[in-house]
Amino acid sequence: MSKPKVFEKPSGVKDYLPGAVSRLRKIEDSVLTCMDQWGYRRIMTPTVEYYDTVGVMSATSDKKLFKLLDNRGTTLVLRSDMTAPIARVVASLLKEEPLPIRLAYHANVFRAIEEEAGREAEFYQTGVELVGDASADADAEVIALAVASLQAAGVSHFKLALGHQGLLNGLLEELLAGKTAEQDQLKECLLARDYVGYRRRIRGMDVSTDVREKLEGILELRGGKEVCAKVAAYTQDVSTRAAIDHLCQIWEALTAYGVSDVMTIDLTMIGNFSYYTGMIFEAYSAELGFPVASGGRYDNLLQQFGRPAPATGFALKTTRILDILGPYETIGTRVLILYTAERRAEALAQAAELRSGGDKTVVTQRLDASDATTTADSAQPWHELGFDEIYTWTTDSDEGSAR
Amino acid sequence: MMSERLKVAMPKGRIYKQASKLFREAGLPIPEDFDDSRKLIIEIPEAGMDFIMAKPVDVPTYVEYGAADVGVVGKDVLMEENRDVYELLDLGIARCRMSVIGLPDWKPGHTVRVATKYPNVASQYFRENGQQVEVIKLNGSIELAPLIGLADHIVDMVETGQTIRENGLVEMESIFQITSRLIANRVSYRMKSTAIEELCKRLQQVIPG
Repeated sequence: MSKPKVFEKPSGVKDYLPGAVSRLRKIEDSVLTCMDQWGYRRIMTPTVEYYDTVGVMSATSDKKLFKLLDNRGTTLVLRSDMTAPIARVVASLLKEEPLPIRLAYHANVFRAIEEEAGREAEFYQTGVELVGDASADADAEVIALAVASLQAAGVSHFKLALGHQGLLNGLLEELLAGKTAEQDQLKECLLARDYVGYRRRIRGMDVSTDVREKLEGILELRGGKEVCAKVAAYTQDVSTRAAIDHLCQIWEALTAYGVSDVMTIDLTMIGNFSYYTGMIFEAYSAELGFPVASGGRYDNLLQQFGRPAPATGFALKTTRILDILGPYETIGTRVLILYTAERRAEALAQAAELRSGGDKTVVTQRLDASDATTTADSAQPWHELGFDEIYTWTTDSDEGSAR
Repeated sequence: MMSERLKVAMPKGRIYKQASKLFREAGLPIPEDFDDSRKLIIEIPEAGMDFIMAKPVDVPTYVEYGAADVGVVGKDVLMEENRDVYELLDLGIARCRMSVIGLPDWKPGHTVRVATKYPNVASQYFRENGQQVEVIKLNGSIELAPLIGLADHIVDMVETGQTIRENGLVEMESIFQITSRLIANRVSYRMKSTAIEELCKRLQQVIPG
């Protein structure tokens, strides 16, 4: 490969300019504050993890994991999500701490380089994990917190879709008992969102008309609370019925939280991560073609780290929210203090005093140093640079004269 | 409240006529042809839609990124592009097949070269069949490749087979059947679910069996 030009960077990674950073920080602050208020404590984990532990268990497909070698030849990964690292911490450093444990994070995560726009190799997620509570209320809590977080982030118009991995698996297992290949084929179609392929596969199967109709009916299991009642007619299986009951209870809790009006149940949804075992959900905003948040229940992940515990959580795709909201203009007064060497002390004293107020941004700029501003930009009138107040401290000006 | 008007990515050319006919049969007031065929965005408020006239191969891209809510596109393009979109309906139009084509008297040599507009489809097919081939991407007049010795086979769409016969080529294997599909963006599918479901229902009633 030819040597990159000096300004080039690897594909899929981004610089964040001041406007974008202010916005990102604002989103991060508001969302983490919201999570604080719900009792989720913030945690940070390393960017780099072992491939054989967190890498394998993160359930990001192998070719999408960003892999590195350390100096002993051990394979490392740049974390692809925060769920697996947090599971590791909960099972090790926090293993004496009683469950349930509520944790929040804001972190950059990585994917092996994707060539196309909108598929970043590094992006930010803000999310929570609730470990040690298997109840429907725990699921409803993270969904309601996802809604609150989206509102805190400033996303106005959004909807959520709620599915249930365990319930779908149970239905397929009951309708196609023992036919695991067929079940997998159907799940692959649903994961690829290929309803045409799903219908075709069913037509090609050697099953009774009743089973065929039920399998086709799964595609229609969308809507509000009525879906729970509808799907109940599909199954006699005890654990599937328990899953339906769990889903109904989540819905009731969401109604109590006052968020069920932005929710739709869709039982054809399959989570992107293979560790999901129970409910899964995604949030969508009208302004963006991709989901802005997703989450779900993963009851088997913690035991792989040696501390079996149910868990549920979600992550906001914070970088995508940044795309919706656009750059953020800092509010508050911006002050410019211009000075020459003789009156430096007075100028800097004024700056310190103004800054101590806490609500003003104060920039100081020396005027008479020959090497201070070497570019033509300095010819631009200072008042055009977006300052609300300008003070000048020079020998021929009055004390801190304002313009 | 946001508008429920649907942005529909429509493939320019061959499929458009059949697709617009199907939409009309479904009771949507879609014009058969447009006076100014160079127009890229066509507003059809009577049908609650805006048509985005796209090159067929780009339809899944517009839909995946949400520039269009739904789209009409051939299964050949969907297989090649492998985009993350909902594939909602088989529209049953523009029926044809993806096939391996070659000269009738061809003898296998050491390296088999395959020319195609669909490099992903071709590579996957031969890989899954345990055959090692070199895939060459061409952009048109694929039938030329075996005739002038650029490739041993081609992988291309076959509708009637007339072009193949006229060039003295034979269809060796059929890879999969192709029809046009209705696809939807992941977010639009939720945010504009009422409009999209209504469109699906209407189309489902008139899809040729």
